[in-house]
Amino acid sequence: MSNEAAVQEPSYLGAPHGLASWLLTKDHKRIAILYLISVTIFFAVGGTFAAMIRTELLTPQGDLLTSDLYNKVFTLHGVIMIFFFLIPSIPATLGNFLVPIMIGTKDLAFPRINLLSWYIYVLGATITLAAVFNGGVDTGWTFYAPYSSLSSNTSVTTAALGVFITGFSSILTGFNFIVTIHRMRAPGMTWFRLPLFIWAQYATSLVMILGTPVVAITVLMIAAERTLHLGIFDPKLGGDPVLFQHLFWFYSHPAVYIMILPAMGVVSELVAAMSRKQIFGYSFVAFSSLAIAIIGFLVWGHHLFVSSQSIYAGLVFSIITMLVAVPSAVKTFNWTATMYKGAISWESPTFWIFGFMGLFLVGGLTGLFLGAMGLDVHLTDTYFVVAHFHYIMVGGGVMGFLGGLHFWWPKITGRMYNETAGKIAAMLVFFGFNATFFPQFIVGYMGMPRRYHAYPPEFQFFNIMSSAGAALLGIGYLMIVVYLVYSIVKGPKAPANPWGATGLEWEIQSPPITHNFHEMPIVTKEAYDYQHAPMPQREVK
Amino acid sequence: MSSGLPFFPPSASTVASDVDALYFFILAVSAFFAVAVSIAVVAFAVKYRRNKPDDIGADIHGSLTLELIWTGVPFLLSMVMFVWGAQVFFTLAKPPADAMDIFVVGKQWMWKAQHPEGVREINELHVPVGRPVRLTMGSEDVIHDFFIPAFRVKMDVVPGKLTTLWFTATKTGEYHIFCAEYCGTKHSGMIGTVTAMEPQDYEAWLAGGRSTGSAAQNGERLFSELSCSTCHKPDSSGRGPWLGGVFGSTVTLTDGRKIVADENYLRESVMSPNAKVVQGFGPQSIMPTFQGMVSEENLLQLIAYVKTLKPAEPAAAPANGKEK
Repeated sequence: MSNEAAVQEPSYLGAPHGLASWLLTKDHKRIAILYLISVTIFFAVGGTFAAMIRTELLTPQGDLLTSDLYNKVFTLHGVIMIFFFLIPSIPATLGNFLVPIMIGTKDLAFPRINLLSWYIYVLGATITLAAVFNGGVDTGWTFYAPYSSLSSNTSVTTAALGVFITGFSSILTGFNFIVTIHRMRAPGMTWFRLPLFIWAQYATSLVMILGTPVVAITVLMIAAERTLHLGIFDPKLGGDPVLFQHLFWFYSHPAVYIMILPAMGVVSELVAAMSRKQIFGYSFVAFSSLAIAIIGFLVWGHHLFVSSQSIYAGLVFSIITMLVAVPSAVKTFNWTATMYKGAISWESPTFWIFGFMGLFLVGGLTGLFLGAMGLDVHLTDTYFVVAHFHYIMVGGGVMGFLGGLHFWWPKITGRMYNETAGKIAAMLVFFGFNATFFPQFIVGYMGMPRRYHAYPPEFQFFNIMSSAGAALLGIGYLMIVVYLVYSIVKGPKAPANPWGATGLEWEIQSPPITHNFHEMPIVTKEAYDYQHAPMPQREVK
Repeated sequence: MSSGLPFFPPSASTVASDVDALYFFILAVSAFFAVAVSIAVVAFAVKYRRNKPDDIGADIHGSLTLELIWTGVPFLLSMVMFVWGAQVFFTLAKPPADAMDIFVVGKQWMWKAQHPEGVREINELHVPVGRPVRLTMGSEDVIHDFFIPAFRVKMDVVPGKLTTLWFTATKTGEYHIFCAEYCGTKHSGMIGTVTAMEPQDYEAWLAGGRSTGSAAQNGERLFSELSCSTCHKPDSSGRGPWLGGVFGSTVTLTDGRKIVADENYLRESVMSPNAKVVQGFGPQSIMPTFQGMVSEENLLQLIAYVKTLKPAEPAAAPANGKEK
């Protein structure tokens, strides 16, 4: 499996050629690229909506967009970012690319189903975009009934159908990963030799297959109530609006873990590799992923403390919410301890990890404010919540995604990007993000409700800070697109193992051949065996 | 409407300081951990910066002691936050028995309030300081949420049921009312002002307000207009039970369940008479539904009237014993 031998065979990118070879590919790596392109497009669309929101909120009056348009813009920002960017972001791109390679196999268990899941995603996304052009949707991404089921006169049914269909893509990906991880590990790749990224993907997949059907049914019920006037959620038809919130959050809270768990997996890989040191407390990090996935299913009611749910139900949800903080804290401490006496490289992936750690800390800790019931009463549905979940989903999820992208980019594309640009972008995104969202904690505690098109003037100062930060954040993101695309065209060729990292993906050529390995690898070492790690390679021989 | 601090809301209710204390406690714990971990990360990155490309870290795999410590300490701290948060929440959830009742109805996109004496206002709420006020709230259409940041209180206003929220204002002044649950086009326009006044000023304000009769008086008029009174009679001649003394009592249903007849039960019995039928009047109630015929405001007035009704003579008969 030496690099010399590997160079002889064309990489997965080169063979075979042609658009059809990509659109009909069963190669997990090419499907990862298809997903990477699609989620990037949706990130740009969702980001454009975010820019419109931040521009409107520069002034208190609501003078740029009409109220109806503003409501559609924040709805579409949420729907697109969550269902079409964040949920598939790491699992369908880095996960698709890395899961088979990391466990030492040629492909996922069901390559055709893998391709099908991408087509389902595209179909769902197309239908949702059709809703955008057919009048938009104004329910908020949460689709709360009875507003969504009877009051709103926008394209709710179409958007709900899009979300419903996309759910299947998520279910199929999760199912594919679980079967692959169970059945296709290379000889010697025992469960406790698995890279932590795999544990995280496994935990994420569990949430995907157990949770997604529930949200799919829920949005279908909204469509049924709108079109057939079945009384499910609207009390005028004999329904119960709070029932919707239970069903919706039963999926949508665990969905947050779909976004953050894979990012945690990425960070575990990166911390070890950039410190060239065994991860601290492997099994604690691995099991904390499972703990988060399982406990995460039992906390949905913390979204309903003021919704008129029973106060005793609230108590149970509050205590379990506090429990889910523990495995997150355990992970953070283990990552930090991994750096102790490490050999820490100051290359760009390290900058992304630091960004992730800083933002995830704030995001996780502010979750405690919202889990404490008496405080949540004041904070819920204010900008405090908006700031909190952006710190988790963007500060945690997107930073993890970008960190992983910078780390595995040489492997995926076979090219090196500009190191300095990578560091500058990481810092721009980190500072831009904080400038955008930190002021929202303050204005949230002051009482500014979310989803407000116009607001009292005393909140303006903080909104201007947010909008200025968002501009910086936008520049950071654009910069990444520029230098990464440039690297594909002009970047130097990447060696097989630029970081001197352990893991099967670094033992094969960059970019890999279609079947990943020339011969089936046999695993004899634990993960992160940095005492015997290979040298970082700087140049292609 | 500011607290004097440009970055902190005014604290103008009895619970505000409780909520703020919990906030500062969690803030202190969070700040400690955020700063400690950040310092450790930066310090390690500097101290253990890689010198040669092929340097490797120390051969350390983990420590059970450390794992137990950093599992146990966050667990204990989070339990303190849970208990403290639950305490504050129970204070917020249980109105004092002597609270004065104000009815609030939310509809796209305004707040209507009615004081016990009958004075009504829109997008404004006048309350006396130093006296507990309980809002009983209903929605005409979609879910709204009544939020007064200065009082640190917030409660969803849910169609199909009544919810309550209470506070005791401590400082006179004008404070924001926001709708905090997204409710459509003019959601951000569904705002108002709560004016906390000295009790004597409040009395003067009430006296100067235009009243169209108290809530209970309006309820009495509706009770007769909607022909409730043809069946719900004080003697046992009516086809329905007499409603005097029902409020707050325990009633036995046709399926043997016993429930407390609170505002939500009375509301449901008007809108869906068949949902919970009192023993002796079932299995099917002969009462028609009033869904679509009574507004939330009227419902609140009817409930206010029913609350004033006395048990029928002789007093020995229990409220739900009329079926015999």
